[in-house]
Amino acid sequence: MPSIVKPSATHPSLQRNALGMTIRDYEGSMSTLCAGCGHDSVTAAIVRALWEISAKPHMIAKMSGIGCSSKTPAYFVNGAHGFNSAHGRMPPIATGANAANRELTYIGISGDGDSLSIGLGHLCHAIRRNVRMTYIIENNGVYGLTKGQFSASADVGSKSKRGEANRMAPIDPVELGLSIGATFLARSFSGDKEQLVPILKAAIAHRGFALVDVISPCVTFNDHAGSTKSYLHTRQHQIKATETDFVPAATEVLAHIEQEGVTSVTMHDGSVVRFTATPKGYDPTDRRAVVTYLHERESEGEIVTGLLYLDETVGDVHEMNQTPETALARVPYEKLCPGAAELDRMQAEFR
Amino acid sequence: MTLPSERTHASRPKSPRIIYNKTRLVTIDTGIPQEARPLKPTDVQDPNYYHKVVDCQWGCPAHTNVPEYIRMIAQGRFTDAYMLNRESNVFPAILGRTCDRPCEPACRRGRLDGKPVAICRLKRVAADHRGEIADRLPAIPRKKNGKRIACVGAGPASLTIANDLLPLGYEVVMYEKLEQPGGLMRSNIPSFRLPQSVLDDEVGTILNMGVDIRYGSPVDSMRALLRENFDAVFVGTGAPRGKNLDITGRYETDRIHIGIDWLESVAFGHIEHIGERVLIIGVGNTAMDCCRTSRRLGGTDIKVMARRPRGFFKASAWELDDAEEEGIEILINFAPKRFVVEGGVLKGMEFDRLEWDEGAKNSRVVETVFLPADDVILAIGQENAFPWIERDLGIEFGKWDMPVVSEQTFQSTLPHVFFGGDAAFGPKNIIWAVEHGHQAAISIHNHCTGISVSERLPHRMNLITQKMGISEWSYHNDYNPAARQKMQHTDLVERFRKLNVEVELGFSAEQTAREVQRCLNCDVETQFTAGLCIECDACIDICPVQCLTIARNGDEADLRGRLSAPAINLEQELYVSAELPQTKRIMAKDEDVCVHCGLCAERCPTAAWDMQKFELFISYAGSPACDSLLTVA
Repeated sequence: MPSIVKPSATHPSLQRNALGMTIRDYEGSMSTLCAGCGHDSVTAAIVRALWEISAKPHMIAKMSGIGCSSKTPAYFVNGAHGFNSAHGRMPPIATGANAANRELTYIGISGDGDSLSIGLGHLCHAIRRNVRMTYIIENNGVYGLTKGQFSASADVGSKSKRGEANRMAPIDPVELGLSIGATFLARSFSGDKEQLVPILKAAIAHRGFALVDVISPCVTFNDHAGSTKSYLHTRQHQIKATETDFVPAATEVLAHIEQEGVTSVTMHDGSVVRFTATPKGYDPTDRRAVVTYLHERESEGEIVTGLLYLDETVGDVHEMNQTPETALARVPYEKLCPGAAELDRMQAEFR
Repeated sequence: MTLPSERTHASRPKSPRIIYNKTRLVTIDTGIPQEARPLKPTDVQDPNYYHKVVDCQWGCPAHTNVPEYIRMIAQGRFTDAYMLNRESNVFPAILGRTCDRPCEPACRRGRLDGKPVAICRLKRVAADHRGEIADRLPAIPRKKNGKRIACVGAGPASLTIANDLLPLGYEVVMYEKLEQPGGLMRSNIPSFRLPQSVLDDEVGTILNMGVDIRYGSPVDSMRALLRENFDAVFVGTGAPRGKNLDITGRYETDRIHIGIDWLESVAFGHIEHIGERVLIIGVGNTAMDCCRTSRRLGGTDIKVMARRPRGFFKASAWELDDAEEEGIEILINFAPKRFVVEGGVLKGMEFDRLEWDEGAKNSRVVETVFLPADDVILAIGQENAFPWIERDLGIEFGKWDMPVVSEQTFQSTLPHVFFGGDAAFGPKNIIWAVEHGHQAAISIHNHCTGISVSERLPHRMNLITQKMGISEWSYHNDYNPAARQKMQHTDLVERFRKLNVEVELGFSAEQTAREVQRCLNCDVETQFTAGLCIECDACIDICPVQCLTIARNGDEADLRGRLSAPAINLEQELYVSAELPQTKRIMAKDEDVCVHCGLCAERCPTAAWDMQKFELFISYAGSPACDSLLTVA
């Protein structure tokens, strides 16, 4: 644990976002995770993403369960709401919170243990319900908090710190999501913020359940030779299926993107974004093609990253259930609970 | 483009980088090929690299080890702090009151919260609270080495020569035209800024080492002095001639004074009064001393007349503040036109009031203004004067009739004659005179031992880890947001009671305790070992001032544009590591505003970062560089 809190001193060129806030305003308490933990980099990416989109801290809800990963909500946006649930129970709690107040931005942080072992069932149903939230799995393949046993995401053949190899098949959250109707699936690496930050911004903007699987090496128990979730292994085997960037919704700009080469598009604020067509043979909206592609690449031992699958045709949990536009939390109590007399009247209808 | 979703999975080439400028999304394509002249790894073994990071030490002409002595003060080790100061600047108590403080504008803290650490005031704290030092001064050998050195003038440069050479067995004969030692430190710095006791004490320390000082002995002829067969002669006569203002009326009255002569007369008690209305011409530090002294000798309506606007003044900002606090008026854009003297009585002066263009390069006269005055003091600069050096001795004189002196060795064209202090290159300040003295002493020692004067030991350095355990350092690494402490002054009634009432009261214990914590310990360096780095980004994420970046290498301008925070201060170095093992990128550090908090090292899982104390070893006459700091260890 660091000896001091992060000094209040800042760089003289520190910039402010649309809310007049600096990136430092989106920070939280000092991390007590191991030095070099990938999770701290994910935290830094979240801080940057939230600052860049000028998120209002009081409109953010940080949700988590149990584990190293689940400690991290304490390390960003001190001014946000938060709920630290029982192990694996963050998805239903987040679902409930979202049902009650659809106006907040939900950021769930979980790990491979919390999401793929004890909480797997809950995760599946949150995906199916398309609860609007960003769900980050800080995936390191081990139970770091209990000294590095293999988790449910450890690859077959990956070696533990003591040398024995894992034999059980891993659960891949992206493939799982594809099979149960997920609408936003991405994978990234804690050591690659240039990719992770835009993915997080897109996930926050997504109108549904956005699952971001982040390879986040456990520097203490799973960063050795033979591990398939180490910094070095991930760097050597990462391939980017898509180059991802996020442009916030604004007035429509129409452009024709050439199939070959780079197309420069001038945005409404004068900046220029350069587009290339997605790689041939990869269409992130074609579920069957994505499944095939992932299987192919993963059989080669490659780690496919980027925004991998997107479906914007499915409504979120509120649309499916036809809830009112107004957040239930803001509906007057008398309206939410019409009283015993009204209940009696309703029940009488069924007699 | 129609749906945001289509945009999100459109791909871009790798070379452009997206940065956010407030709410604007800007894509920058550097246009520089990836392999363009990559920077070589920084050589931190070069003593100059980390020395530059210690801005105060680098900025000090004598390279005083400021962070180290501030830590000593923080620990209450005032005598140690004093002795560390004394090693490089010789006069800590005097300089703690009067130094021109080149260290403070250089101080990194000033770039973070606008106010540098009050280094000069802390120096005075060490001097005010120190204990006995007699047992820590170098021993003076009883058996001399047979070499005799003459010093002309008993100012800071000559005294430094004596300080450095007496412990080596030299005999030093010092010629002083006045009856007391100290040079301009005594004659020109008023006693309300520098108490006589403080001056006597530090000058006395050196004289007591065994200087053969001869008061009331102006040297009238270099030829005669050379005939005395000294092994070396050091000229430290200062810049003793105040500039004159030869305009109408100048010689019709005796109420027009040359600033430095007038201050000297005050210092020695020859002048005790001045008229009520005083005009000071010029706005340098001498002018500030003149106006504040006038205020104490009867002046009530004192105006400092500046030719150019504020911002072009030569006086230090704090000296201007102190003068204005005492009710001195500073009038800008007035050019002297003539003295108005009627019947031998000074009535005042006429000035042209000027209007300057932007940048104050060209002016035009708006009107002529008369200002009444009883006395006028001219403080418009000083000049060197060497009427006593015959021009056929082999001592060559060049531009401005100044002696030709080597800037490195301080040797003149006559090999055993050396110059230093203001006498060498014109008026500077005390700390420069001290540094000249140190360098000239090395040359004299070389000259007397038959070594070429150009053969000088380079600076050397050492790096020592400050790690004591996990997240534990042997220095106080926390950043203290305290504001710069304000010097307390004697109240405005009391200070005018007598000429020698010291105005600055020094820092209280509480002020000292707060001010020492403002120091960023810039000598505790972030030392990086590229081979250990696993590129986990922990250091980059934790750095409060965004000074770290892992990026592909490039040329300096390119790399400076791709840092976590733009490198806006181009005077500060950019550290570049060797290639990192995993991705072959490099670690870059912009030294500009690093607060030396050590969090990069605390969050590093592989100890690729360490906090190591940089020590600079400076050589003095007769001492190899590495011995110098052992005296205070």
